[in-house]
Amino acid sequence: MVSDKIILDHGSGGRSSQELIEKLFLPRFGNSLLNELNDSAVFELGGAKLAFTTDSFVVDPIFFPGGDIGSLAICGTVNDLSMRGARPSYLSVGFIIEEGFLIKELEQILFSMEKVAFEADIQIVTGDTKVVPKGAADKIFINTSGIGLVPANIDIAGQNARPGDAVLISGTIADHGITILSAREGLFLDSPLKSDASPLNHLVQKMLNTGSEIHVFRDPTRGGLATTLNEIAIQSQVAIDIYEEAIPINESVLAASEILGLDPLYMANEGKLIAIVPQSQAEAVLAAMRETPYGRQAALIGQVKEQNPGKVVMHTTIGGKRIIDMLTGEQLPRIC
Amino acid sequence: MKHLSEYRDKHIAKKLIDAIWDLSETPVRLMEVCGSHTVSIFRHGIRQMLPETIQLISGPGCPVCVTARAEIDRAIVLSSYPEVIITTFGDMIRVPGSLSTLQKQRAGGADVRVVYSSFDALKTACENPKKTVVFLAIGFETTAPAIAATVLEAKRIKIDNFFILSAHKLLPPALTALLNSDRLNIQGFIYPGHVTTIIGTLAYEQIAQKHGIPGVVCGFEPIDILETIFMLIRQIEQGETTVEIQYKRGATATGNLRATEVLNQVFITCDSNWRGLGLIPESGLTLRDEYRSFAAEDYFDLKVQPAKDHPDCVCGEVICGTKNPAECRFYRKVCTPQNPIGPCMVSTEGTCAAYYKYYIA
Amino acid sequence: MCLAVPMEIKKISGNIALVEYEGAKKEVRLDIVDQQPAVGDYVIIHAGFALHRIDEEEAKKSLRYWEEILAKTDETFE
Repeated sequence: MVSDKIILDHGSGGRSSQELIEKLFLPRFGNSLLNELNDSAVFELGGAKLAFTTDSFVVDPIFFPGGDIGSLAICGTVNDLSMRGARPSYLSVGFIIEEGFLIKELEQILFSMEKVAFEADIQIVTGDTKVVPKGAADKIFINTSGIGLVPANIDIAGQNARPGDAVLISGTIADHGITILSAREGLFLDSPLKSDASPLNHLVQKMLNTGSEIHVFRDPTRGGLATTLNEIAIQSQVAIDIYEEAIPINESVLAASEILGLDPLYMANEGKLIAIVPQSQAEAVLAAMRETPYGRQAALIGQVKEQNPGKVVMHTTIGGKRIIDMLTGEQLPRIC
Repeated sequence: MKHLSEYRDKHIAKKLIDAIWDLSETPVRLMEVCGSHTVSIFRHGIRQMLPETIQLISGPGCPVCVTARAEIDRAIVLSSYPEVIITTFGDMIRVPGSLSTLQKQRAGGADVRVVYSSFDALKTACENPKKTVVFLAIGFETTAPAIAATVLEAKRIKIDNFFILSAHKLLPPALTALLNSDRLNIQGFIYPGHVTTIIGTLAYEQIAQKHGIPGVVCGFEPIDILETIFMLIRQIEQGETTVEIQYKRGATATGNLRATEVLNQVFITCDSNWRGLGLIPESGLTLRDEYRSFAAEDYFDLKVQPAKDHPDCVCGEVICGTKNPAECRFYRKVCTPQNPIGPCMVSTEGTCAAYYKYYIA
Repeated sequence: MCLAVPMEIKKISGNIALVEYEGAKKEVRLDIVDQQPAVGDYVIIHAGFALHRIDEEEAKKSLRYWEEILAKTDETFE
C-alpha cells in the first residue's frame, strides 16, 4: 500500500479502490463468486438463479439537482442487480442517521425512495435504523442490498466481452459526477447540470427482450466510463477501442468540465449503462434502447478488439489515438 | 461552446496536418513550454499524427510540478498547527513533500480545503475569524496577479487571520536558465497562451534574438496547437526567427499591463528552487515589505530540513528534452501518478504523467 | 499550465461580474482584466478572475484562413 491511512482516493472507485480490494479484502474473503468482482454476485440457491448485491450511499450534498441520497440508494442497487441481467425484486434499506437530523428532510428522502421503488417495481422488505451522536456521521448514510431472479439462459458478466463485439452506452456521460462536485463545492451560482440518477431495470428488460445475445452490462458509476471500460478490458482480457466523437455528452457538462479542469470520461454516472453485444445485433439493441426514456440518446461508441488485451484506446475527434487509463485519484477542480 | 468548439473541428485539423506534412523537411525538435499543452497534445493524440521530422519535447511544465519539495514540506508543517486552515488549488493536494502530502495530512485530521479561487480563500478567512487561514500561493505569471489582487483586498478590509505562502514561479527566467545551460537542443518554442496573456511577448523576442530560436504563442485547443506547429515549421523552413502569436483571441504582444502592475505592487522577484531544475535566480515571487504582514513564513516558524531531489530521478533531463520518461529507471516501476517521485509525474500535466496516462507504446 | 476558459459577461457590478458558459454561471473578479468588458463580451477566466477581454474580430480572423482553404478544397472536390 502506498499510504498507511485510508484516504479519500480509496473510495473513489479508481486504482486506489482496486488496490484496497486486491490487497486487503480478497486475500481474506476471496471465493469464486467474490473474485469475479462483478456488480452483483450470481449463484444458484434452492434451484433458483439469484443475483445479490449491496451498496452504501454517503453522497454530499444529500439533496442535489436531479435527485437525492434516497433516490440514489434505490437506483444504485437496482442497477447493480440489473447489470447481471437480473429482475430486481426485493431490497433492504439500512439508515445511519446523525443526531439532530431534521425529520422533514428524512421524509423528503423517504418520499423519493418510495417514488423510485414504485417506478422500478421493487419492494423494500427489510430495514434497519441507527442513530449516532452528532459528528459521528455526516447527516445521513444509507445502505441498500438487493436480490433478484436471473433467467436461467442468461450469462451477463464483465468477463464476457469478445473481440468483434460492439460497445454501446445508454446516454450522455458525466452528468451525475459533475453535478455533485459542483453542488458540493458551490462552484456555480446556477447551472443546468442535473444528476442522471435513474433505475435502469426496465431499460435492461427491453434490451433482453430483443433476444440479442448480450455479453456485458456495466453501469459506469464511480470512476466513470474510462474506469469501467478498463475493468471490462481486464476482466475479459480484450482491448476496447472507443470513438471520442460518438460519446454522447451534454454541452453544459462539457463546458463545466472545461471550466473546472476535469475529464468527463472519469466522472460518475448513476443512470447509464454500458452494453457489449455482438456487432451484428448492435443496431437491434440500440433501437430498443432508444424507445425507452433512459435510453433515448443511446449510441454505439466502440468495438472490442483482440490486440493489446487490457487496454482501452480512444480515437480522438481530430483523428489521433490515445490510451484511456483508469482513474488514479479523486478528481478535483484545478488551475493548471 | 463558443471560442472552444470551433478549435476542435476535425476537417480543419486534417487540413493543418496535411499542410504540416507538406511543409516539413528538416528534422526539428519543438518544445511545448506549458503543461496544459502537453496534456492537450496527448489528449487529442497529436504526436502520432505528425511526420517523423517533428519531435515534440515537453518543457518545464506546470507551476505545481516544479514546486520544490521543501515548499511542500513547509505547507505540511503549517497544516499541523491546530488553528490553521490550509486553502489550496486542487492541484497541490497530491504533490509529495519529503514525508507526506496535503491529502495525507487531511486524512490525519488537518483542515485542508480545496478552493477554486484565491478569493474563496479570503472568504474562508472572513468566515472563520477564530482560525488562521493560509493560502498556498502557487502559479506562474497567469495566476500571480489574481493572488496579488486578493492580497490587496485583504489589506483593504484589514483582515488579520489571512496569510499566503508564496511559491510562485516565473517562466522566462527558467527558460533563460535552460538556454544558458546549453542543455537544450531545440529549434522552436511553443509558448504558453495564458502566461503570455499577462506578460506579452517581450521576453520571447529577447530569446529569439539572443538564441536564434523562433517561437509561437499558442492556444490550448487541438487546432491551436496544429496551427502553431505549422507556423513554427514555416519559420524554420524559411530560416526565420521571429515571435508570432497564434492565440490572438487570448494574448497580445504587450500583455496585460493592469495585471502586471498589480503583481509588481504586491510581489517582488526572488531566487527560487524548482523541483528537477534546482535554484534559478530571480525566478520566484515573494511579498514586498508593505505586504509582509500576510507572509505565512514570517508569522509561523516554518523551518524545514533542506530537501533534495532524488539523485536518480531524471526529471531535469526530461524537462530539457534530453531524456524521455521511459529512459528513467523509476518510470512506471516505482514512480507512478499514485506515488510520484519527480515533478514530471506529480501533476497530471507533467511529461511523465502524460506519458503514463495517454501514451500508446 | 494555466487553465482558463472563455465565459460571457452577463452582469457587472463594480469589480464583480456574473459570467456564464453553456448555462453554468459564476461570479468572477474584474480587478486585473486588461480591458473593461461590457455585458455580452467574452472574457478569459482563470481561477475566479477575468484576465482578458476577447476581441471578436481577432478571434474570427484566426480561423478564417483555414476555413477558406477548406471551402476551396471542398469546391475542387465537388
